Amino acid sequence: MTTSLLTRPTLSHLDWLEAEAIHILREVAGQCANPVLLFSGGKDSICLLRLAEKAFRPGRFPFPLLHIDTGHNYSEVTDFRDRRAAELGERLLVRSVEDSMRRGSVVLKTPGESRNKHQSVTLLEAIEEFGFDACIGGARRDEEKARAKERIFSFRDEFGLWDPKNQRPELWDLYNARTHRGENIRVFPISNWTELDVWQYILRERLELPSIYFAHRRPVVRRKGLLQPVTPLTPAKPDDVVETLSVRFRTVGDITCTAPVESAAASLAEIIAETATTTITERGATRLDDQTSDASMELRKKEGYF
Amino acid sequence: MNAPQRLPELDNGLLRFLTCGSVDDGKSTLIGRLLYDSKSILADTLHAIGRTSKQRGLDAPDLSLLTDGLQAEREQGITIDVAYRYFTTGTRKYIIADAPGHEQYTRNMVTAASTADLAIILVDARKGVLTQTRRHSTIAHLMGIPHLLVAVNKMDLVGYQQEVFQRIRADYRDFARKLGIAEVSFIPISALNGDMIVERGDRLGWYFGPTLLEILEEVSTDRTESATHEGRFRFPVQYVCRPQQAEDPALHDYRGFMGRIESGEIAVGDEVTHLPSNLKTRIKDIQIAGQSLSVAFAEQSITLLLADEIDISRGDMLFNSAAVPATRSSISAHLCWLSETPLDRQRTYLVRHTTRSVKAKLASIDSRLNIATLEHEDATGLVMNDIARVTLRLAQPLFADSYAENRVTGAFIVIDESSNNTVAAGMIL
Repeated sequence: MTTSLLTRPTLSHLDWLEAEAIHILREVAGQCANPVLLFSGGKDSICLLRLAEKAFRPGRFPFPLLHIDTGHNYSEVTDFRDRRAAELGERLLVRSVEDSMRRGSVVLKTPGESRNKHQSVTLLEAIEEFGFDACIGGARRDEEKARAKERIFSFRDEFGLWDPKNQRPELWDLYNARTHRGENIRVFPISNWTELDVWQYILRERLELPSIYFAHRRPVVRRKGLLQPVTPLTPAKPDDVVETLSVRFRTVGDITCTAPVESAAASLAEIIAETATTTITERGATRLDDQTSDASMELRKKEGYF
Repeated sequence: MNAPQRLPELDNGLLRFLTCGSVDDGKSTLIGRLLYDSKSILADTLHAIGRTSKQRGLDAPDLSLLTDGLQAEREQGITIDVAYRYFTTGTRKYIIADAPGHEQYTRNMVTAASTADLAIILVDARKGVLTQTRRHSTIAHLMGIPHLLVAVNKMDLVGYQQEVFQRIRADYRDFARKLGIAEVSFIPISALNGDMIVERGDRLGWYFGPTLLEILEEVSTDRTESATHEGRFRFPVQYVCRPQQAEDPALHDYRGFMGRIESGEIAVGDEVTHLPSNLKTRIKDIQIAGQSLSVAFAEQSITLLLADEIDISRGDMLFNSAAVPATRSSISAHLCWLSETPLDRQRTYLVRHTTRSVKAKLASIDSRLNIATLEHEDATGLVMNDIARVTLRLAQPLFADSYAENRVTGAFIVIDESSNNTVAAGMIL
């Protein structure tokens, strides 16, 4: 029954990351009374759904899916979100930033202001509404400096606040998901994945993605060194030069603050080849809201952002 | 910038390593150098570092800024928490745990060490083996890190002299022998100039061993390699899958026991024993997402179907070896206190071991490790960063191995039930 040291198999890096993520998801199921998985239709949360299938099938997921919709998402992505949840036969909850605006809990400084950071308010309202004690998300530590120190099980107080100086120590794979009423834990099963790992996993598992992840032609203008799509929400200004370029999205967030990159990559293999040789980090290339200062993400996280 | 093709052709798994040393040892520079020379730093990050370096009045981009994380830390100019960094060489993926080296942050090193396969212990060639070197090595040894690599850094500042390296190696070996560290590797490097990190450079011609990256590429990632628990199958049950309401009638009697194999391996037909009942049964099927496997091995997250109906729930253990996990109602352990709130000897705490939680009380503090002198001394209490040998009384038994035999089934954390905080880490003796 025992094999020699020489023949004992070891896991490939993707197999290891997958096994770790499944272990984390099952810990949530084992430790938390009322968890939820945040599913946006983006590539990271698409991976989470596949990992949840591997963790819990043939059973149902022990949590519903939740999307915080800014109302400014690409329809290709929200259509995909609805279809994927239906295919899986799992319950999808959608809560909208626009509802928070109607309630008055979100007040925009200007009508055109990005709603991205206001997702935090709507998320906290949804947590309170449903009494969730854990929210599973697709954030990765390689995305940004402030995330590099985030725990896999990250504690938030009853205001949803993250205190970087007061995080629970996290050792081995012994996760502590205990909370008092009103507090919750954010759980990041793919913390240890990089953007390249995500693409490789999507390829290996043959996961379907919203079409805008692949190269397509789209009118854009150049701003702050990034491409801004020209849409009814983000129209061109009078002196803008509108170009129609072949682009793809590396991340698909709120229309007002997610920039595509110029690319001809129309298949997963081509995207992986580009990712492996890229010279710009995912956030740097695609986020119009993280460029303001070195600490933008840290500040938003402290306020309850994912 | 000419980025390399980084697609794994041959996937040689994943290695987690820890770097120990203070800012002065060039730890951040070493990490920056590994990321930079393996082309893992991307253009915008480099640009941000350049901008910050300029603001601080530096001429060249300071690679140590790469590992400089939170705003709170930047304000204080220190690192207060473990940060994780990632790079890949095309054949292997790496996770670096970057733990601060200050004396008061023993708990951070313990945290980073808990998941590390290898520790790089940085020694300044001008200073040799210091108290801090001994402290880091002691913790790395205590935490059971399988591979220790002593990197003698700043060789550029001692004229790349072989004698300096040899003297430090001899000093370290003396100390390691006393500590009971069996295997250590040594390498001379200059993180600043990049000698022997990724490139060999041409100033250390007397060194014929592998470069630092070659060592990382070739070291075994088999985390269950320890000869003492070869083949000892350990499967803590995480979750029980009972899809009774499923539309497929075949699933009405489905009972899948979900978890990760923490050591050893298992095949369909093998006999396993369940704890706490001590009942034996056979493996009927091994599944991942409904697909059957004939065998599964350590670190795989799987679902087991068993031949007989046994009442099994989360926190139970399945094993198959003659070496039975000890059922312990009292444990002796090394305990590292992590919380700012000191140990309260009157209180009951919660011990989490694999997927099991039991209440525990301190029976005795047998000795405390003086982290400066490395002497064991008497103690009556424990405060943050203390490492002690203790005995705990448990309300219910744990199914445990010693930490030296198994880093998963020998480890536990202590939780304060009133704050829910994780207050200590334990290694069972």
